[in-house]
Amino acid sequence: MQKIIHLAVLAVVLAVIGSTGVASQQGGQIHDSQYPDVDVAHGASLYAARCAPCHGAQGDAIGGVNLRSGTFRNAITDRDLATFIRAGSQPAGMPPFALDDTDMAGVIACRRNMHSFDTASGKTGAVVRGRAVFEGKGACTKCHRVGRVGSHAGPNLTDIGSVRSAGSIQRSLLEPASQMMPINRPVRLVTKDGTVINGRRLNEDTYSIQVMDDRERLRSVVKTDLREYTILTTSPMPSFKGTLSSEELSDLLGYLLSLKGQS
Amino acid sequence: MMTSRRRLLACLVAALICVLSLSVHGQVTSQRLTAATAEPQNWLTYSGGYQSHRFSPLDQITPANVKNLKLQWVYQSPVSGNWQTTPLVVDGIMYITQRPNDVIALDALTGRAFWIYRYTPNPDRIVCCGANNRGVAILGDTLFMGTLDANLIAIDAKSGRQLWKTQLAETTSGYSITHAPLVIKDKVIVGVGGGEYGIRGFVAAFNADTGKEAWRFYTIPGPGEKGHETWEACPPKSETFCDPDAWKHGGGSIWMTGSYDPQLNLTYWGVGNVGPDYAGAQRPGDNLFTDSVVALDVDTGTLRWHYQFTPHDVYDYDSVQVPVLVDNWGRTGINALVWANRNGNYYALDRATGKFLLGRPFVKVNWMSEFDERGRPIQTPQPPGQPTYPGNQGGTNWYSPSYSPRTGFFYVSAWEDYASIYGPSPVDYKEGRNFTGGGPRPFGPVPGAPGLSRAPINTWTEAAGHGAVIALDVATGDQKWKFNMTDVTDSGILTTASNLLFTGGREGFFQALDARTGTLLWKANLGGAINSGPMSYRVGNRQYVATVSGLSLFVFALEE
Repeated sequence: MQKIIHLAVLAVVLAVIGSTGVASQQGGQIHDSQYPDVDVAHGASLYAARCAPCHGAQGDAIGGVNLRSGTFRNAITDRDLATFIRAGSQPAGMPPFALDDTDMAGVIACRRNMHSFDTASGKTGAVVRGRAVFEGKGACTKCHRVGRVGSHAGPNLTDIGSVRSAGSIQRSLLEPASQMMPINRPVRLVTKDGTVINGRRLNEDTYSIQVMDDRERLRSVVKTDLREYTILTTSPMPSFKGTLSSEELSDLLGYLLSLKGQS
Repeated sequence: MMTSRRRLLACLVAALICVLSLSVHGQVTSQRLTAATAEPQNWLTYSGGYQSHRFSPLDQITPANVKNLKLQWVYQSPVSGNWQTTPLVVDGIMYITQRPNDVIALDALTGRAFWIYRYTPNPDRIVCCGANNRGVAILGDTLFMGTLDANLIAIDAKSGRQLWKTQLAETTSGYSITHAPLVIKDKVIVGVGGGEYGIRGFVAAFNADTGKEAWRFYTIPGPGEKGHETWEACPPKSETFCDPDAWKHGGGSIWMTGSYDPQLNLTYWGVGNVGPDYAGAQRPGDNLFTDSVVALDVDTGTLRWHYQFTPHDVYDYDSVQVPVLVDNWGRTGINALVWANRNGNYYALDRATGKFLLGRPFVKVNWMSEFDERGRPIQTPQPPGQPTYPGNQGGTNWYSPSYSPRTGFFYVSAWEDYASIYGPSPVDYKEGRNFTGGGPRPFGPVPGAPGLSRAPINTWTEAAGHGAVIALDVATGDQKWKFNMTDVTDSGILTTASNLLFTGGREGFFQALDARTGTLLWKANLGGAINSGPMSYRVGNRQYVATVSGLSLFVFALEE
């Protein structure tokens, strides 16, 4: 409840700094980037649950303030907006507000697009159904781990909902290689005695490489002991385009966004 | 031709070998922890095994070849400050902690990191002596670390991800955890520090899977509990300040890792000083179980026995030293617990009953004269303004001792010729505030000489004491040899099956001695104070010796 109230205050403050007049003067300069629909949708979910009680579903419930403008008097860039939200504003009655990167990306995307977005439709799927997809049809636990469930072979997803935006996660589901971080690239090592080690790169220096191998073992190999070292730029993860329905994808995304780490 | 019985036997042997092979590279089971010394390549607990000998069965490095030791790799911590960790090594992976509460998985061969877990403790935490952490424990694929803000955290050993976190007590009241936990069976056992802040200390056990508390033993007994009577009522007309609720903030911190006897199902923990440290008049009585060793049932936390080294302590003689378990002590058939205490005495106790077997000083002691027949010290408080030996940092302190079954010697890092002059003063308890009740000042026999300090130029030692490694006959306490240092030492000691002893000191020298004679065989100037306990492990066919010095972890092996 406390959190809801704070978000409501936050929304009020955003409204206070919002100004259609300024928006028209700033034109297209205010946006740092394009916002994936899925980020906008995630932000809309947050808005509906936590901001709408004060601002109303359309962002205009407070007189003289219209969040649907997407522009704000004291926050020109997205970074300004994030800084303002995190710092809060005592004169306006807004407490410092800690949003993780994912939620912040969503909130900003939503704010910038409320003029063309139906907040009522902003949903990213059901978490419970998404978990079923994750552990069932999607077979994600064959490579990924959440908490104590799943494999260590692929990147750990315990806090993926805190560190990746909704858009980035969605792109990973549809085009896995496009979002693969270089340090997570799969590698194939062949030692001089012919031993083959397939794994995920964890660390590397000039002389050695550390991997999580496909048998879930931490391995460290000195490069002079290798006869082959290949860094793959394609992901071993299959695309879910065509294998999961749009609803299943939406549910899976909702589940992944809910993963905020252990506390 | 093989008979069918022989064939069956061969199959069973092959299967057993296969299982053993798998277990060596698999999870760290409770059975592996119990038999830790059977895996000389690994270092599975803070002290190398439940008996806490800090003794390695490895013998590749010998008195004859130790001069050929060569630096293999260094891990440099980005965090400044006193670094006290002892690494664990499990099948080629090393796990260390660094300030304030990071855990790092390193390749034990190269020193390169697999992962780093970072935990930021509550900035409002209250700790007396810096952001210290001395290491982790392991069970299965899970590591356990206590934090400065009094949380116990479980971490996935493969990924470095947090699995659970349990808060033990309020850090703003002065509670913290600085020692490595001890895993026994399915429990993680840990205690709390904060003896200078008027905590009520405890040891507690937690389910390793869930973090749920299984039992808690308060080192300061409450009303109706055994030992509470030693927090005596204040005299009706006391001329000095006396606190009727002294037990509520009586200290009894836990800040070093305990030991375990599987046959007796007892775990042994050393208990820290009483609060307030020096103002004894306001807490009449022996003040159990401060400055004691407590033997607890592993399954229930029930107290089986205790022995108090320093009743009604007014010298800050924490008894947190690592309990060392010695079987068939002095060929008497008694399984003993031996202990070089901060109060300057070496002790042996029957670890089944707590019976006092032996007590005698290993450094100069004048706070007591002798023991009565039950092992209670006859105290001889010094007149005001006169020095008390040993001083408040003790004849030894938390630095890990070592016991070598090969030599039969017990090795302790000692501060010799070191005294303090105590000046107690009454103090009111205020939550989270310093609660020492006065303080000691160093005693210098040379007028005007500076006291103990950590200045880079050493100008005080001959006046204020010096460090030493002392080898004691484990059965008699007789001094067998002594290795003197100019500066004092906060280093632990490692011995090996090849009769080597590794230790350090504030001077920054990492040195190898002959464990039989104390003869210096090799040294390396690592440049920073050595404040942790050395350990040894093997990867492939090569033995390594590791120590922290300053802000770096150094690893040595013989030149190939």
